[in-house]
Amino acid sequence: MNARSISISFTTVTKNVKKSLILLLVLLFPLLAQAQLEIEIISGNASALPIAIVPFAWEEAGPAPNPGVAEIVSNDLYRSGLFDPMDVADMPDRPSDEESIRFGTWRLLKVDYIAVGRVRATADGQGHELIYQLLDVHTGDRLLSQITTVGEGDLRFGAHRVADAIYEALTGVPGAFSTRIAYITSTGLGSDQRYELVVADADGFSPQSVVGSPEPLLSPAWSPDGRKLAYVSFEKGNSAIYSQDVSTGARDLVSSGRGINGAPAFSPDGTKLAMTLSRSGNPEIWIRDLVNGGETQLTNHWAIDTEAVWSPDGRTIYFTSDRGGKPQIYSVPSTGGNAQRVTLSGDNNARASVAPDGKRIAVAQGRGNEYRIAVWDTETQRSTILTPGKLDESPSFAPNGSMVLYATREGTRGVLSAVSADGNVRQRLILSEGDVREPAWSPVIR
Amino acid sequence: MNTALRLAMAVFFAMAIAACSSKPKTVDETVTVDETVTDDVVVVDAAPDPHDYTDARNFDNPSSLLSKRVVYFDFDKSSVKPEYRGIVSAHAAYLAANPSGRVTLEGHTDERGTREYNLGLGERRGNSVMGLMSAQGARGNQLVVVSYGEERPVCRVSDEACWAENRRVEIVYTAR
Repeated sequence: MNARSISISFTTVTKNVKKSLILLLVLLFPLLAQAQLEIEIISGNASALPIAIVPFAWEEAGPAPNPGVAEIVSNDLYRSGLFDPMDVADMPDRPSDEESIRFGTWRLLKVDYIAVGRVRATADGQGHELIYQLLDVHTGDRLLSQITTVGEGDLRFGAHRVADAIYEALTGVPGAFSTRIAYITSTGLGSDQRYELVVADADGFSPQSVVGSPEPLLSPAWSPDGRKLAYVSFEKGNSAIYSQDVSTGARDLVSSGRGINGAPAFSPDGTKLAMTLSRSGNPEIWIRDLVNGGETQLTNHWAIDTEAVWSPDGRTIYFTSDRGGKPQIYSVPSTGGNAQRVTLSGDNNARASVAPDGKRIAVAQGRGNEYRIAVWDTETQRSTILTPGKLDESPSFAPNGSMVLYATREGTRGVLSAVSADGNVRQRLILSEGDVREPAWSPVIR
Repeated sequence: MNTALRLAMAVFFAMAIAACSSKPKTVDETVTVDETVTDDVVVVDAAPDPHDYTDARNFDNPSSLLSKRVVYFDFDKSSVKPEYRGIVSAHAAYLAANPSGRVTLEGHTDERGTREYNLGLGERRGNSVMGLMSAQGARGNQLVVVSYGEERPVCRVSDEACWAENRRVEIVYTAR
C-alpha cells in the first residue's frame, strides 16, 4: 500500500528537487497549516438502507485508534446517501464475529444489514489485518467475508477499502471511498494571496499540499495510475503546464510556450497528454506524446478550443469550443478528424467530465448568469440538471460514476460540493478558511 | 572615492543653484544642463502637452490618456469599444516613438464561464488590443499578451458592477 502513502519525506524531496531549498519550503510548509475539509449532507435520501457497522474488536497492542475502523466505514456509507448507518450508542451489543450476532434483536431494531469484524497486527508486525463479515439481518446470509491487509500507517485507507467492499456488495457498483481528491485553495487577498494544490482522501482527511504559489494555480488532472497530477501554474508570469509526482514532489515542466498553456488531461493509458496551447495565435487542442515528446495539433479553428478530456477507451476527445457562437461540448477522434457538436440543449455548456461508462458527460451548463452542473446523456441526447446553481462549475465524476464533485459559491467564498449522479443526494465539503475550487476526483488507486 | 564625493558635491551645488534660479526666464538656459544632472529639476519645466503621447511624463499626467492604462470590455466580448480606442492609440503612439518601450497586455475576464475558457477569452481581449496597437505603429517585439482569465479579479462581488470592473485588459509597461 506504499503507492498510496502520501507523506513526503525530506530526503526524497531533496534528492528529486535539488533546484532550490526555497521551493522545498514552499512545498512543505503548507502541509502543517493545511485545513481539513469538513463534510456535511445537505439533502439526503429517504430510502437509505439501514445498516449497522459494529465497532471492530481491536486485537493489537496499544490503545484502539479514534476514530476506529467502523466509524470511518459508517461515515463513508452515510456520505454516499444510500445508507443510514446506526449510531454506536443505539447498538444493543457489539459482536465482533458472525457467531455472536443475535439476529432477532437486530431485526427488532429494523436493521437490514450488519457488518462485524476485528483488527489484528499482521504476522510480521508491519501492518494491519481487517477481518470482517457482512450479513443480511433478515435471512442470516453471509454476503461478504474478507481479510483486508494494509501497511502500518494505512488503517484509514483499510477502513475505506472495507467501505468500498460493503458498498459494492449491496449496490453492485464498486465503491470509491479509498480514492483521493485534488483541489485548489486560495487564501489571503492582494499581495498576500496564496494558492495551493492540495490532495486529500475522498472524505477530506489527510490534506497534503502538493505545491504552493503566490501566483494562480488551476486545472489539476490526475494520471490514470493516480501517481501524478498535471496542473497549470502562473509562477513564471504566464501559464505553464507542470506534471508532478504526488508522493515524491518531483515535477516536470511540460509546456511553457508563448500564449496559453492550459487544461492538461492524461489519456486513459497514461501515454499522452491533451492540452490547450495558443502558440498558433488562438487556443487549440494539442496532444503531447509523453513517450517520445512529439506533439500534434488536434483542432484548428479561430474559436476558443479548450478543456479537452478523454473518453474511457481513449478514442475520443471531448472539448469546449465557442465555434458556434457560445461555448458547447464537441467531440473529435483522438487521432484527428472532424469535430462534432455533442451538447444540443442548454444555452452554453463547458468543462466536460466523462463518466466511467463513457455515456454520460457532466458539464457546467450556463443560462444567463446562472451556472449549474448538468449531465448530458449521449444515448438519449438529453441533459439533466443536477445542482441548484448559481455559480456551479468544474464537475468531476467519481471513478465509479456514482457522484459528481464540483465547485460552487457560498457568498463570496468558493466551496466544494458533491452530488449523486441522480441528483438526489448532495453534500458540501467546506474548508475552514479561504476558497476551495477546481476539484478533481482521482482514479481508483490499486 | 574622493572624485565620487566631489562629483556628488558638484551635482548638489548645481541643483542648489538651479533651485535658486528657478524663475521662468532662466528655465530655458538651464534645461539642457538640468536634464543631464537630475530629474528633480524637471519639476520646474513647463507642464507636458497632454496630447503629446510620445512624452513619458504624460504617464503620470492625469489629463493625458497615457495615464490611463485599463481597457474595459462587454460580457464575453473582445472588441475594443469606441470609448477606449483613444487610450489604446495613445499607448500605440508612445511605443511607436519609443522603440525601447515594452508592454505586457494582461487580459482578464469576470467569473462567469469556466476558468480555462476564460483564459482563452482573456487572451482574445489582449490580442484585440495588441492588433490595434500594431496597426498604429507599435512593433511586434514591444507587445506581449498574457491572459489571467478570471484568476486576478479586482473586485470579488457577484454582480454586474463588479463583473464590469473585472472584464479588462491592463496595459503594463515593463520598460518605458
